[in-house]
Amino acid sequence: MALSEFQVEPWLVLAFCSAIFFIGLAGLLIRRNILVILMCIELMLNAVNLTFVTFSKIHNHMGGQMSVFFIITVAAAESAVGLGLVIAMFRTVRSVDTDEIQLLKQ
Amino acid sequence: MLAWIPLFPLIGFLINGCWYAFFQAPVGGRKAHATLPGIIASLSIFASFILSLLLFLQLKDMPAEARVIEQTVFNWMHIGGSSGFHLDMAFRLDSLNTLFTLVITGVGTLIHIYSIGYMSHDATPGRFFSYLNLFCFAMLMLVLGASLPVLFLGWEGVGLCSYLLIGYWYTDDEKASAGKKAFIVNRVGDFGFLLGMFLIFTTFGSLDFVALKTAFISGHGALAAIPAGVSPGTITAICLLLFVGCMGKSAQIPLYVWLPDAMAGPTPVSALIHAATMVTSGIYMVARLNFMFSFSPTALGVIATVGAFTAFFAATVAIAQNDIKKVLAYSTVSQLGYMFLACGVGAYTAGVFHVITHAFFKALLFLGAGSVIHGMSEEQDITKMGGLRTRMPVTFAVFAIGWLAICGLPPFSGFFSKDEILWQAFSSEHGSIFLWALGAVTAVMTAFYMTRLFYLTFLGQPRFKEVAGPGKSHAAHDSHGHDSHAKPKDGAIHVHESPLSMTGPLMVLAVLSAVGGLIGIPHMSWLEKWLEPVIPEAAEAATHMVPSMEWVLMGVSVLGAVLGIAYAFNLYKDLAKAAKLKQRYAGLHKILENKWYVDEFYQGVIVRPIFNLSQALWKNFDVAVIDRVVLGFGRVTQWTGQSARTIQTGSIQVYAFVLLIGLVASVGYLIYGLV
Repeated sequence: MALSEFQVEPWLVLAFCSAIFFIGLAGLLIRRNILVILMCIELMLNAVNLTFVTFSKIHNHMGGQMSVFFIITVAAAESAVGLGLVIAMFRTVRSVDTDEIQLLKQ
Repeated sequence: MLAWIPLFPLIGFLINGCWYAFFQAPVGGRKAHATLPGIIASLSIFASFILSLLLFLQLKDMPAEARVIEQTVFNWMHIGGSSGFHLDMAFRLDSLNTLFTLVITGVGTLIHIYSIGYMSHDATPGRFFSYLNLFCFAMLMLVLGASLPVLFLGWEGVGLCSYLLIGYWYTDDEKASAGKKAFIVNRVGDFGFLLGMFLIFTTFGSLDFVALKTAFISGHGALAAIPAGVSPGTITAICLLLFVGCMGKSAQIPLYVWLPDAMAGPTPVSALIHAATMVTSGIYMVARLNFMFSFSPTALGVIATVGAFTAFFAATVAIAQNDIKKVLAYSTVSQLGYMFLACGVGAYTAGVFHVITHAFFKALLFLGAGSVIHGMSEEQDITKMGGLRTRMPVTFAVFAIGWLAICGLPPFSGFFSKDEILWQAFSSEHGSIFLWALGAVTAVMTAFYMTRLFYLTFLGQPRFKEVAGPGKSHAAHDSHGHDSHAKPKDGAIHVHESPLSMTGPLMVLAVLSAVGGLIGIPHMSWLEKWLEPVIPEAAEAATHMVPSMEWVLMGVSVLGAVLGIAYAFNLYKDLAKAAKLKQRYAGLHKILENKWYVDEFYQGVIVRPIFNLSQALWKNFDVAVIDRVVLGFGRVTQWTGQSARTIQTGSIQVYAFVLLIGLVASVGYLIYGLV
């Protein structure tokens, strides 16, 4: 069987996607290191990307793949800005621990 | 041009007021001398005087029936359609209020000039003169207004200025509360005035004087009858309600109590506001609405009785007062009673005549008293004066003229007006021998207490300690500062004549008091003819007495005045004798000295219960209920906030978690609905 004819069941892919997404979400909620949190966000974005591609394939519609390009672009920009913020924050607070930068409380 | 008469003082008020507010009132503001604000204020009122004089001459050249100058400044309010309520800020000058305008601006100018000298040691002359000018503005608006609301605006304005000026030295508690008393008592009267105005509007549909008058006039110009559809009872109610307003403003029983206390203000204020002008506004209103009052014999009877009793009552109190200004204050109340007596018997002309002559001689007496107080280093007790004749010769001379004028000796002005009133009280169809007798007895008492005042102040031996050796030259007095006015420790004072800025106006007023009566000589009265268009002959009650009676009564009143003077002279020549007499009638004297305990009566019957009620309401309702409710709201809010703030952890991840739950819940609801 040629590689191009290799088929994966869509539900398997979708299940995989949601697993990744929830792993990202769990990381986002419970991890305290901002860098990890940023990575978790990336993880969630990529899970969504995969989902889009899957549905695009299922429905034979290119709209999903279009969205993926947008998301990749936005994600790139987002991580650039996010890392910049983390660096700026680290310079002032000398920490990347979210427990120590709960400035909204005051 | 007419509107400029009140506008000039308003401009003066703005200049002085702004100057005071911007440069002196702020902390660390500069000290001021009275000269500059005084000159500004005097000039602005003097400009009004010139203008009044010009307009008076203009009126004089017109034919008698057409003597009216009108000016509408702007439309004040317009309610409803073309037939709705329309009110203009309009002024109208006719033969009645031109006299008032002349007196207000003329006497006002003199008093402004006098104040420059009198207030020379005051710390805030800018404030004083701005109030004084504001008062003139309001007073001129009162007399010039073409309709009742404009009059009322002035009426309230003068009340405000009166309050401000009585409490001018507001750091003194007693003076501040005298101001409040005046204001509150006047509110009672104003309430009646307002009700009267409402009733006029619902009855006649207009508040304009000319429109009202037209309602009472038949085709050929004479006063006809009460308009169709208006009951005499309504007219009486209107007149009585308006008279309640007059009771307050013009200090009649039972609302006169504020006027004697108003003497807490600076003396020029007492002269201008509480003797010459403001307190006569009630007489002005009655004279202005004479066409209406004439149709209510009941109201006229009430006015005459109240006036006569006020005159008598105040005169009895004046006999036993020792404060020079208090005596003059009660004398003012008494004279105002005379004016209302005149109006009440339908002799409006006589009332207006007495307003004019009284303005001259009472302003003179007050300013003279001010000069005495100034010269005696703020001493006001006449029992501690005496012998000022040689020490203050000018003041003595002018005061003597004022004294003779108020006693009613011919040919001084008071004689003509007072005699006219007494004659009308006796002879008019609304008058009676009873009213005349009250008036005549009052005249005798007036002569007595004024002579007492005059004698104790100027004649006899000095009863105060004088600074030994009057070595200081006169020039030194004018330049000495306020400190040298304070009494030395041993109570000795340096009595001195007042500066020219004070004696000058006194001399002018003395001349006016002496000859002012000539405008109303009986039987050839210029005043009567001049007022004819406003106060028609028909309004004057018809006389049906033998002419010789008039001369008899005149003789009686002059004789009474002479007797009063002579008795007082005889009594106070020997102070021991006066003291013995006082001893003999100690009970009566105590009652009179305490003003018949009216203040105490009001205090007990009205002020105390209201005060207690207010206290009870304050403690049991305001604090206990309202405050608790309001504070409760605050406390609940605070508690809610305190509890709710604990969920704000500041941790972004918690927020994100809540966001997630919300999202899941929303999406779940959208997809599955409420399961």
